[in-house]
Amino acid sequence: MHNEHTDSHFQKRIDDGEHIEPKDYMPDGYRKHLIRQMSQHAHSEVIGMQPEGNWITRAPSLRAKQILLAKIQDEGGHGLYLYSAAETLGISRAEMIEQLHTGKAKYSNIFNYPALNWADIGAIGWLVDGAAIVNQVSLQRTSFGPYSRAMVRICKEESFHQRQGYEIMARMMKGTKDQQAMAQDAMNRWWWPALMMFGPHDIDSPHSGDAVKWKIKRESNDTLRQKFIDKTVQQAELIGLVMPDKDIKWNESKGHYDHGKIDWDEFHRVIKGNGPCNKQRLDHHINYFNEGAWVRDAAEAYKIKHLKEELVIA
Amino acid sequence: MKTEDNQLDLWEVFIQSKSGLPHIHSGSVHASDVKMAMQNARDIYTRRGEGTSIWVVPSKAIKASNPDDNDMLFDPSNDKIYRHPTFYIMPEGAKNI
Amino acid sequence: MTKKEELYLYTLRLGDNALILSHRLSQLCSKGPILEEDLALTNIALDLLGRAQALLKYAGEIEGKNRSEDDLAYRREEKNYYNLLLTEQPNKDFAHVIARQLFISTFEFFLFQELEKSADTTLSAIAGKTIKEVKYHLQHASDWTIRLGDGTKESHDRMQSAINDLWMYTGELFEMNGIDLDLLTQGIAVDTIPLQKKWRDCINSVLNEATLFVPKDTYMQTGSINGVHSEHLGHILAEMQYLQRAYPDAKW
Repeated sequence: MHNEHTDSHFQKRIDDGEHIEPKDYMPDGYRKHLIRQMSQHAHSEVIGMQPEGNWITRAPSLRAKQILLAKIQDEGGHGLYLYSAAETLGISRAEMIEQLHTGKAKYSNIFNYPALNWADIGAIGWLVDGAAIVNQVSLQRTSFGPYSRAMVRICKEESFHQRQGYEIMARMMKGTKDQQAMAQDAMNRWWWPALMMFGPHDIDSPHSGDAVKWKIKRESNDTLRQKFIDKTVQQAELIGLVMPDKDIKWNESKGHYDHGKIDWDEFHRVIKGNGPCNKQRLDHHINYFNEGAWVRDAAEAYKIKHLKEELVIA
Repeated sequence: MKTEDNQLDLWEVFIQSKSGLPHIHSGSVHASDVKMAMQNARDIYTRRGEGTSIWVVPSKAIKASNPDDNDMLFDPSNDKIYRHPTFYIMPEGAKNI
Repeated sequence: MTKKEELYLYTLRLGDNALILSHRLSQLCSKGPILEEDLALTNIALDLLGRAQALLKYAGEIEGKNRSEDDLAYRREEKNYYNLLLTEQPNKDFAHVIARQLFISTFEFFLFQELEKSADTTLSAIAGKTIKEVKYHLQHASDWTIRLGDGTKESHDRMQSAINDLWMYTGELFEMNGIDLDLLTQGIAVDTIPLQKKWRDCINSVLNEATLFVPKDTYMQTGSINGVHSEHLGHILAEMQYLQRAYPDAKW
């Protein structure tokens, strides 16, 4: 009988296109990589509720408010699916939240930027969710079963997010001068951070090697970024937005758009904690986590008092 | 565990999307009691009209088989091909069987 | 006042309750005590927002001045809002949110069952849809009231304070004016007098199970039926109406 607890047998299963399930043997590095990536992904969904949440109470129509609320709620739900999927690897949600609060776990850099005018809600849906979807569609084929299943569900639900964002942008570009200026301003501020969401260029990406070998990551940062640029430029032009990159140009021979240089200094500065909203976002999460403690304690205390009744019912 | 770390218990959620179909595992929720688990499952997994019935089960009540036992558990059924209808040879021309 | 004006104001009042309470709940998005509860409160906010849309749209139609639900929500002054004072009270803590939900959902549970019998078919249809949602809101609020009341010492004290703080706004739930009485004779409005005892019994039983005391009878605040509000509503509207007021020509 062959030993199933070896890295080579594990790798063979991956190469054969099998999914790995929580109780299956997996190398320590695979487990750690997944926990890091999935918890970061979950935290991003949850922290991502804040910039859009900044506009719920100022949404300019009942329909806009309804859509925005539903969308932010979806993001919370997606965070929840991802926490659950990560929990199958033996880490608790409480531990993941603690890692977020101590800075050990990260969330997507993009949410460290502020949402300053109503068009930012459009830009976040269209560009930020648009970029996230490119990545998430690819992650539906990731090798870890629970992660893959969560991504399938998330992609199905997210399909409206990008459209609602683009609808806002299109409507504002058809609107008054003020509205057009807001839309262009939002475009200018969100475009570059959206490109940075795909992470460093492939040659500078430290974790990609194993992640690709293990089929956690299915396509490289640059490939995904290029896909996003190629589909977005036409959408921007259609509604009259100016691309905030003078080097954007269709390259006939490559069949792709060329683009200007990404400011990686800014990327690293924000990752290190010096973005406009890093402190605000984390403080918000910590504050409301602490504020909710007495509620969770009460629920737990009530459960313990009434445990017997529940067992009788069961 | 510190009390402020408490994120309540883990429950598994099974949703039936239409009467007549089986309940299928949808994911999990955290909740301190069965009522809360049921409401949370409803609020999280049926937001788009996905459900006609919900089951919630405390995760710790579920025992999963060990992948190491897979050869013992599942391989022996592989050669019992007589359990499949295609094993049997029907006389030529026999219909509706 | 014509019958049309009366029906307009009655519908507006129902719509304003849903709109303002929904706004209060929407302020809690990303602030829930646990992620699951965050989503649950948003679901309730969305139910209320949907109801507000339907009612304000209908109010606009009755009024017949070509005002949409958005015109009514975003271009009306504070003194022309008729939501209950209770709906505009702040989210002081989770206990206050739950106490507010308990008082209102219990009231609405009885109100919309009656309104479903209304001679006005639109109001009746909206009530029919609403009652299903409210049943769930009531269950959610009752369960949490019991958990918090019968949880820890801290949660018990917070829940009791919330019940005490908000009690003085519950008298308004059953207030009626000439509009109600006129519409009542036409079988359109709900007579809230008989609802008061049902509401009391229901609240008593939940508070009792939650090991909480029913507050002593006290002076009941009033005013919203005439458009006189607490200071909170002005701030809600300033925020909610900001874009529509700052850019009056813009379409969103």
